[in-house]
Amino acid sequence: MYAGSGMSSCHSVAVGEAVGSSISERCVLVALAGQPNVGKSTVFNLLTGLNQHVGNWPGKTVERKEGSFEDGGVSYRLVDLPGTYSLTANSAEEIIAREFIIREKPDVVVAMVDAAILERSLYLVAELLPLGSPVVIGLNMIDVAEQEGFRIEPRVLEAALGAKVVPMVASKNIGVRELVAAIGELVSGDYEYAPKLPEIRADHREVLVEIGELIEGCVPEPYPQDWVALKLLEGDREITEMMQACLSDDLWQGVHDVLRAHDDALVAVASGRYEWIGRMIRAAVTRPKAGEIGLTERLDRWATHPIWGLLLLAAILGLAFTLTYTIGAPLQNLLDTHVVGAVGDQARSWLAGIGAPAWLVGLVADGVIGGAGAMLTFLPILVIFFALMGVLEDVGYMARGAFVMDSFMHLMGLHGKSFLPLFLGFGCNVPGVLGTRVIESRRARLVTILLAPLVPCTARMTVIAFLAPAFFGSAATLVSWGLILLALLVLALSGVLINRLLFRSQRAAFIMELPLYHIPNWRTIGLLVWQRSLEFLRKAIVVILPVSVVVWALSVLPSGDVETSFLAQIGRWLEPVGGLMGFDWRLLVALLTSFIAKENSIATLGVLFGAEEGTGLAETLASTFTAPTGLAFLVVQMLFVPCVATVAAVRQETGSWRWMFFSVAFLLIVSWAAGVGVYWLAIFGGL
Amino acid sequence: MAMNDESEMCVDVPPPTPGNGSVPLNTLHAGEQGVVAAMNGGQGLLCRMTSLGFTPGAEVTVVQNYGRGPLIARVRDARIALGRGEAGKIYVRRERDE
Repeated sequence: MYAGSGMSSCHSVAVGEAVGSSISERCVLVALAGQPNVGKSTVFNLLTGLNQHVGNWPGKTVERKEGSFEDGGVSYRLVDLPGTYSLTANSAEEIIAREFIIREKPDVVVAMVDAAILERSLYLVAELLPLGSPVVIGLNMIDVAEQEGFRIEPRVLEAALGAKVVPMVASKNIGVRELVAAIGELVSGDYEYAPKLPEIRADHREVLVEIGELIEGCVPEPYPQDWVALKLLEGDREITEMMQACLSDDLWQGVHDVLRAHDDALVAVASGRYEWIGRMIRAAVTRPKAGEIGLTERLDRWATHPIWGLLLLAAILGLAFTLTYTIGAPLQNLLDTHVVGAVGDQARSWLAGIGAPAWLVGLVADGVIGGAGAMLTFLPILVIFFALMGVLEDVGYMARGAFVMDSFMHLMGLHGKSFLPLFLGFGCNVPGVLGTRVIESRRARLVTILLAPLVPCTARMTVIAFLAPAFFGSAATLVSWGLILLALLVLALSGVLINRLLFRSQRAAFIMELPLYHIPNWRTIGLLVWQRSLEFLRKAIVVILPVSVVVWALSVLPSGDVETSFLAQIGRWLEPVGGLMGFDWRLLVALLTSFIAKENSIATLGVLFGAEEGTGLAETLASTFTAPTGLAFLVVQMLFVPCVATVAAVRQETGSWRWMFFSVAFLLIVSWAAGVGVYWLAIFGGL
Repeated sequence: MAMNDESEMCVDVPPPTPGNGSVPLNTLHAGEQGVVAAMNGGQGLLCRMTSLGFTPGAEVTVVQNYGRGPLIARVRDARIALGRGEAGKIYVRRERDE
């Protein structure tokens, strides 16, 4: 609906620079702010369509969305700020949002609020107004508010606030045009913007003045002094550190003493904001009579019930599995044989045809196409999981799932939000790791990322399904279930351990909103799936391609034969380590090649034991190794370093090589220890 | 380390003296209403609580409380899920029983 403009034509223009010049000659920078679940992304997608760019905020693992649109000859650059409840530094999101407004000084800030939770969602507006950039309020979901019994008069609210208020139903594309018009009016000066600012609760007014006087003239640009004083009273970590560095020791001591004497000021500041909100909405909103029960509350009697809630969650997860196994896995196989295999063969015959040397043929067909192809085969499962996560999040169920699993996850020092990503890891660890984005607390997210590879994914289960019967015949099913239980036990223990050792048992506070249920917006979900998949492919190729080329090279160099290759030499060199479980170098090499894709273990074993023809691989393995060794191999296979795609996802989501290597080392140690433990237990147990 | 950058190291503010009949939120049954009298906790938790709508004077209705596990409360028209521990740090004065 809005003509997209090229991103390159649009540059940020400092406020004031364009005063006097024609509005059509410049580009207007608009920031989109709002609390979570207010329909911010719907508005963003409606305005920018496909003309958007997704990346990360510099140095952070927080998603940054930017897009552009044109209206009436003016081009707009729209930056989607992270959804936050407040602007006090508790996580990267709040800091990103406020730093953007303070430093980039957007021409307009669009603050989306939820009309059905007006009081609470205006809290962020109370924080946005003092930052200086003019604010337009998008009063979203007025249809839901009316259903819940609220009567809101936008004009009265607008008059009270002194800022434009645009009633909207973004999910039905109502009010978006008016929102754009309101932005235009604000930029052109046609609307007289005169916001009424919130104040601190009366009993703390003097303290605020006192702090203001102490820091007078010492606040670094571009921070507003009044705002800094307020944030100091709120105990904001970042601002406190900043001012401690800026002020002389004497002055800081003065500020510090005042703050110490008023350590309850945070609540006073917040109360002041809600008092202001109360004044703003008093005339504009008629509240429903108490006791009316909405749809959300009725649904929640089931969804958050300690028993029915768990059953519902189980049913949803069952559906996720059914989809993965009936659609995802066959598609993955199809891609593997008909696309990746075919392209590899094509490349092989074409290269051989033009007389390329054998090493080049192998490099391209096995190293490059094999590696990139492994990534491609992930796509169907990734898309299914992203879509499922997207629907659950958009509908509002995600928070309920987290709620019913909270008590259980406490055991690992985590809370409910970590459950779903971990569980999705059963399908594939990659979306499991990427899915940790729903967790707000960075620490809980990190622990979940470290644990996710311990969830047995379908590829691992494929390997187990092949090898368990080879070693254990009819007891294979029992062994497989035992292995899954073992993996989950190790996961739980690792969770407790990581939490104790790395984070000294700190647990993120469990307090979160249960949003109203919504009908899913397919456009939003579709875009989300598209962007997440693309982003993963783009980033993963940097890790996956080099690794698969290196592993391929190690397996053919120097002689072109696996048995005498560097990889085999590494395997032999590692034999003392594997020897504790009765492994020989071939089993170790099979494990090493599983790094590209778990299924490679079987292929490698096939090659290495292929020399002993006449019997199948299963019989050969069973006759070569004892039962304890077989069991230990399955255990290590189950807990080993995940495939390179998962490792790439860990790198992407932690934003750090260090955590990626930590994760790999951690899993190497855990899988080896578990393997040795099980081996000796089996021996003493008389297996 | 890189990602461990959260202010969860809460310096506990000394608990307020609840007095005149105020009780922790987690002792309210489903359907009971109260008005927030006092809150305690570290800066990080208090900030989350206030930005989600809990401030002294705010009306709270407990929507679900099965006596164990997290509970659900309605404050300023939003439904908020809280762990038992977190809910225990919010003191409310009972308004009326239903």
